[in-house]
Amino acid sequence: MTTFLEFLMAAFLVISGIFGFVGSYGLIKLTNPMSRLHAPTKATTLGVGGVLIASIVHSLLSEGHLSLHELLITLFLFLTAPITANFIAKVHIHRHETRESLPRVGEDQDWATLATDAEIQSD
Amino acid sequence: MKLLRWLFPHPILTILLTIVWLLLVNGYSLNSLLFGLFLGIVIPIITSPYWPDRPTLRNPRMIIEYTLIVLYDIVVANVVVARVILFKSNADQCPAWVSIPLDLRSPEAITVLAATITLTPGTVSADLSDHGHSLLVHCLDAPDPDAVRDEIKTRYERRLMEIFE
Repeated sequence: MTTFLEFLMAAFLVISGIFGFVGSYGLIKLTNPMSRLHAPTKATTLGVGGVLIASIVHSLLSEGHLSLHELLITLFLFLTAPITANFIAKVHIHRHETRESLPRVGEDQDWATLATDAEIQSD
Repeated sequence: MKLLRWLFPHPILTILLTIVWLLLVNGYSLNSLLFGLFLGIVIPIITSPYWPDRPTLRNPRMIIEYTLIVLYDIVVANVVVARVILFKSNADQCPAWVSIPLDLRSPEAITVLAATITLTPGTVSADLSDHGHSLLVHCLDAPDPDAVRDEIKTRYERRLMEIFE
């Protein structure tokens, strides 16, 4: 049982290492700034998730009690990571996108980031 | 009944705060449970004036189903995006902006949808339209942008509709 858990732990560490690496590699390899944004969102999900599961298994193994601290890290990451990504995307829209390069809004007037920009200019 | 509502303006938040406190302490003594409950009762009472139109969550079975589906999708999409990054040359990728018309109206539900879209790798939610009726999503590699839109609508938004409205 112990050996099995150790294998499991090692597997999760390796998996998270691979995904962390792919995320960082994507940051270098991709060219478009919006595409680059996709790479780090990977590292926070499976990359960090693997380390956290390995940590839970480790505390079960070596200290003999269930430690669920790690779930909180997942929770806080899931709360904060989308906001960071959204802010970077907004900066990108401000600096590099125009109304024409984005898809049509649908029933509304404009995309919020661009609309505030236009309002500021018209004031 | 009125007292109960004053004491627990948001019962789910009370439970959540207690659990978060227990996880922070990382031990399960009666002491920490009581203090967690204390925080779980006081914080919602203090913050309830700042959060007037909070949505009522319906359908707890659907919340569990939604969470499991999102976790599964995160794993699958990670592998898909890793394949794109490692084995597809930059020229072959077709990044695309997708505009998703929203049926959801409550701000909390839209937040959850946008966060879900960002967390599942390969899609990042970038912007909302000025009246909140469409969501702007960027896809890393989407040869067929309409398929992405339909999948988000049927897979995530339909379930969130059942939870929030």
